[in-house]
Amino acid sequence: MDRKPLLEVDNVTLRFGGVVALDQVNFTLYEGEILGLIGPNGAGKTTCFNAMTGVYLPTEGQIRFRGEQISGRKRFRITKMGMARTFQNIRLFPEMTALENVQVGADAHHRTSVPSALLRLPRHWQEEKQGRALAEEVLDFVGIRHRIHEVARNLPYGDQRRLEIARALATRPTLLCLDEPAAGFNPAEKASLLELIRKIRDSGVTVLLIEHDMRLVMGVTDRIVVLEFGKKIAEGSPAEVRDNPKVIAAYLGVPDAA
Amino acid sequence: MSAVTDLWHRVTGFFNQSKPARIGLIVVFVAFLYVLPNREFYEYLNIPGVWIPLYTTGNDMAFVLFTCTWTILLALGLNVVVGYAGLLDLGFFGFFAVGAYTVALMTSPESKLITEYNWFESPYPWLVTVPIAIALALLSGVLLGWPSLRVRGDYLAIVTLGFAEVIRIIAKNQDWILNGDRGIPQVGHPPGTWPDGTPIFQFDAKPYYWLALTMVIVAVFLIRNLVRSRVGRAWVAIREDEDAAELMGVPTFRFKLWAFAIGAAVGGISGSLWAGYNNFVNSATFSVENSILVLAAVLLGGAGNQAGAILGGFLVVYVPEWLRSVGDVFGWPKTVRVFDINLDVSPTSLRYAFFGVLLIVVMIFRPQGLWPNRRRAAEFKDRRQAVVVGEGVG
Repeated sequence: MDRKPLLEVDNVTLRFGGVVALDQVNFTLYEGEILGLIGPNGAGKTTCFNAMTGVYLPTEGQIRFRGEQISGRKRFRITKMGMARTFQNIRLFPEMTALENVQVGADAHHRTSVPSALLRLPRHWQEEKQGRALAEEVLDFVGIRHRIHEVARNLPYGDQRRLEIARALATRPTLLCLDEPAAGFNPAEKASLLELIRKIRDSGVTVLLIEHDMRLVMGVTDRIVVLEFGKKIAEGSPAEVRDNPKVIAAYLGVPDAA
Repeated sequence: MSAVTDLWHRVTGFFNQSKPARIGLIVVFVAFLYVLPNREFYEYLNIPGVWIPLYTTGNDMAFVLFTCTWTILLALGLNVVVGYAGLLDLGFFGFFAVGAYTVALMTSPESKLITEYNWFESPYPWLVTVPIAIALALLSGVLLGWPSLRVRGDYLAIVTLGFAEVIRIIAKNQDWILNGDRGIPQVGHPPGTWPDGTPIFQFDAKPYYWLALTMVIVAVFLIRNLVRSRVGRAWVAIREDEDAAELMGVPTFRFKLWAFAIGAAVGGISGSLWAGYNNFVNSATFSVENSILVLAAVLLGGAGNQAGAILGGFLVVYVPEWLRSVGDVFGWPKTVRVFDINLDVSPTSLRYAFFGVLLIVVMIFRPQGLWPNRRRAAEFKDRRQAVVVGEGVG
């Protein structure tokens, strides 16, 4: 199988003063796969996410996306290059409607700005129309089309999570990073989320998934990277990772639960 | 009570659902605004005792309305910055000053640019200088925003407050162009003559009011275009969660800078109108209280909603004048002697105290302002118990 690397995390170290949050982390994400990033609380999963999306600048090492070095780039540029994310604690634009939230994502690739919007030039109009159509399509895709004109704050919790995914998808990413998308879900909701993640992958988007729920991770991912105390302790298929003694040590008793 | 609210809901419901009715209402209202300063209008209505409550006695009604409209222009500009983009700007009057000084320096025959430095031979006409005033205000917005928009929240407020003070102090002390406190007289007026040959724009405030009102209408439509586009969405997104916006592909710094620039440009228009009418520009007008008054107008009216900004801008100017008129009718004293000191108690002098109290009350009981954003959508939803159809971010 010809696997093209999409995202390469190359020896990334991130220090906050004396605290080493990430210690020479290495892994590669290949196009078209679903990679799980797991680890106990405080292992550095979200920090790793933040380093990838440009929130933090790695102290050492490089992060390459589609072969290009991205650490140090402006965050909105990284998004424009095709990397989108959701947040562990939902960060929607609470007073905007579902549609507007997703439209903000869709705007990421629009070229017309203030002057053409001021005068309502045809090209701008065209982009607005396309953006709206894309937003509706994406809302449909994640299954919350019926919430389109509701204010994000008023959506049920599960739909807010879906809306975050929709907003990220509207930026037309090649890589979608989901930060604990199933947090606070019941089993039925988790099952439908699993289905959605697969659907996203099948639509051609590579997925990086941070998740606590082992059942979900084992069920949906192609490969798993395990972090503990900022270090990578294991990498491999779900079955390999499950049998890895280091992982078992990190997650006492988890293999039984899975 | 419920009958009244019921009637209110029916009326607003009718206008919400029927677009022609809404446009008709707006057209009628705008026409009403244009005839508002005409005393003849009230006398024609001929309802004695009715026009007095509306008409101001302390100052010419047209002058009051003109002051209202340029304040409304400022409020509209500041609303872009504070209301939509959520950037607290305490020095907004600085841009007004830039606009006013640009016009004054270029149109006055006594401008030192002409008399001493020979930058140009003769004064430019007012109309020519307005685009330049707008451009310079916009530029100063960008220049102020470029360094200061890297800080957020309270820090930005302090930086902008400093900016306005810097402009005022430069205007006060700087002698080689701006003429310090002596100011610049004989500022040019807008062009045009009545059929009998007398200039339209001179010392009568009425034509200025009409011109400013037209500017307000144009500004409202242009800003509305922005607000209902990706620009408005970006601003609201920045206001609600700047980091999330950036991570969703919004170039936040660029859009914040745009907000600053657009607000500043509108402020510059307001300044150039004011300079044209006032005929004289010096540093006395550009005190910090005025920046705060404009900010009060935006917050009082309802940040993030143009109608709210207009209402706020109108209230902060008109209400004190109106109170003064009412005071005149009922014999409210202008000064009160306490011990040996004459205290000025005229409503116009007390307006800052008055609005301070009012603002505190409004912020406690109605923190979203008198006419906030989305109220209409919320009402709509409550009444129809259904999904609201595409309102946009306006």
